[in-house]
Amino acid sequence: MIAADHSAYSYLTAYQTLVTSLPGRDLPWLQQLRGEALQAFAERGFPGVGEEDWRYTALSVLNKTVFAPVTAQQVDLDWLNSYRLDDAACAVLVNGRFSSALSVLNGWDGVTVSALSELLADNPAVVETMLGQAVTSCEHNLVAFNNAWFADGVVVRVVANAQIDKPLQILHVVTDAQALAVTRNLFVVNDHADIEIIETYIGINEAYFTAAINEVLLGCNADLTLSKVQLEGGKAQHFGGTYVRQAPDSRFAHHNFALGGLLARSDIHSDLAQASECTLNGLFVASGRQHLDNHTRINHAKPHGISREFYKGVLDQRARGVFQGRVIVAEHAQHTDSEMNNRNLLLSSDAEVDTKPQLEIYADDVKCSHGVTVGQLEDKSVFYLQSRGVDEATARNILTFAFANEMVDKVENAELKSLLLKELLVRFPAMSL
Amino acid sequence: MTKRMLSIKNLHVSINDKAILKGLTLDINPGEVHAVMGPNGAGKSTLSHVLSGKPGYTVTEGSVSYNGKDLLDMDPEIRAREGVFLAFQYPVEIPGVSNIYLLKAALNAMRKHKGLPEVDAMDFLTLVKGKVKLLQMDEKFLYRAVNEGFSGGEKKRNEILQAAVLEPNLCILDETDSGLDIDALRIVAEGVNSLRSPERSFLMITHYQRLLDYIKPDVVHVLADGRIVKSGGPALALELEEKGYGWLEGQAA
Ligand SMILES: Nc1ncnc2c1ncn2[C@@H]1O[C@H](COP(=O)(O)OP(=O)(O)OP(=O)(O)O)[C@@H](O)[C@H]1O
Ligand SMILES: [Mg+2]
Repeated sequence: MIAADHSAYSYLTAYQTLVTSLPGRDLPWLQQLRGEALQAFAERGFPGVGEEDWRYTALSVLNKTVFAPVTAQQVDLDWLNSYRLDDAACAVLVNGRFSSALSVLNGWDGVTVSALSELLADNPAVVETMLGQAVTSCEHNLVAFNNAWFADGVVVRVVANAQIDKPLQILHVVTDAQALAVTRNLFVVNDHADIEIIETYIGINEAYFTAAINEVLLGCNADLTLSKVQLEGGKAQHFGGTYVRQAPDSRFAHHNFALGGLLARSDIHSDLAQASECTLNGLFVASGRQHLDNHTRINHAKPHGISREFYKGVLDQRARGVFQGRVIVAEHAQHTDSEMNNRNLLLSSDAEVDTKPQLEIYADDVKCSHGVTVGQLEDKSVFYLQSRGVDEATARNILTFAFANEMVDKVENAELKSLLLKELLVRFPAMSL
Repeated sequence: MTKRMLSIKNLHVSINDKAILKGLTLDINPGEVHAVMGPNGAGKSTLSHVLSGKPGYTVTEGSVSYNGKDLLDMDPEIRAREGVFLAFQYPVEIPGVSNIYLLKAALNAMRKHKGLPEVDAMDFLTLVKGKVKLLQMDEKFLYRAVNEGFSGGEKKRNEILQAAVLEPNLCILDETDSGLDIDALRIVAEGVNSLRSPERSFLMITHYQRLLDYIKPDVVHVLADGRIVKSGGPALALELEEKGYGWLEGQAA
């Protein structure tokens, strides 16, 4: 057990009362899962910089502040609605709890969207087959924390062969200072089915803590495009993990836009099967004292898998960005085709980026490449724009915008794309492209 | 006496303490076309950069007045908005920024400077497409990233497209002819000629008489070792073609 002066101790103390409000209290299998998770958390607390995967990101704030679940206050609807995508169904989580009043989920064929808390009450056997399939407490202690603490989430089940035309947006909103929002989403896309899901994280400009995990199970030849738009409030702590298990011939495309929060960490991990495809795109844009960490892991376990990873970072002022990209090609994963690229733009001499591609290749007949760059805006480009009448600040914004826009351009959803462009233009004011 | 557009007096410029321009004097009146020729490394591009305000150059002596104002005192973008345009010898590639975006941003910056409202989207498109046609370019170039992957000649033509849209007062062309094929040279020269007017002046840096066959200069200067060592009429260019620069060494204009 950890000592009483350790912050995790406060969380553990608070847990004793909190636990009565968590869903699935009567389910032995879930109690066991939560119990083991709690045990792991009690032993080591939050991940520390001593752990390889956490060496660039200190979670000291979590250790200093005890965030606690809150019951939802009045939500500013204009604010919330400005992040809604009109052409998508929408599940809303307020302070980590599903809100049926704010969600719009009607009239859908081929897909079932449920609140995790409700499903645990109504049909726990379904949850039992999914929960813990893509990630366990062994991953690291934020997963353990999530396992023990999760209060709700969204469960999406797409039946086999269904082509879902309308995307689903999952809108996480935090409305209270010091709030703790711990959610678990489960996405199951059955064989040959196809869906697009967009996660949007927003919150007030106060300190709070979001710890959200997605477990994703993709069937044979299934197709999921998952986008994450992280626009947490400027003082927020955010952990978001997406853990994917891909069946043969499945396609997983992820777009990770990390724009908000004070400290935010994303895990995007995928285990590929025979001939699975995995595309990970990401953009992190940080300024002030923001710290944005992106940890990706692509595990080629079987032959003929294809992975494409492209992350870009833009760091201004005293911000710090982290990109860790791990690609594992197992001994039997012959004919794997993998590319990884990370390009970073530092806009200030105080900004910093730590980039660490890790290729672990145990097969001999594979095509794997990776590239990393860290640079600044080129003076000659800035001058070229100035020589055409554009002032220096705008010239820098145009060039930075163009750099970042390459990742936005990869998003196919037009509505999402325009929302992202708006966010970029707020950060780098220039005439819109 | 006509009012000078550009008056460069005894200009001394160095880069990293290395003197490049060593007392250059040159006057250009409105409507005139001046050709500047001279050996490699003489300082021609340096002159064009200093006039357009590129950082990294130190003016140690002399002055440049443009329409009666101190040009060297202006930020690069202000010079551009006041009508100074440089067609670069080596145009820069700007990935992710389309040609049409740059044209619009530039045109609006000029208009704002003059107190005009932003250009209407339809008017802008009509204007730009007209200029694209003038330079016999494919409209697809408008939507490509500025100069990215353009061939050498395409880049040069693109510079003149920008000049045609922005309609500067003083147009500095730094070896716009090099890299152009025979047809492209004629088309670009026609584009430049279409811009000629009694108010607009040109400073045309070139190594070849060929360009001057198309665009008739009023004055030809020889820039060698950081100075104008000789000036004359169009015949001077022909003389240079025949004799090279050797005979001018050590001379002053
Ligand atoms: N950053 C620099 N540091 C040192 N010397 C430089 C630098 N930039 C230019 N020079 C030198 O300044 C001199 C003039 O260069 P400039 O480009 O103006 O020549 P130019 O007359 O345009 O030649 P060309 O006909 O080959 O285009 C050259 O000797 C060049 O090497
Ligand atoms: Mg030159």
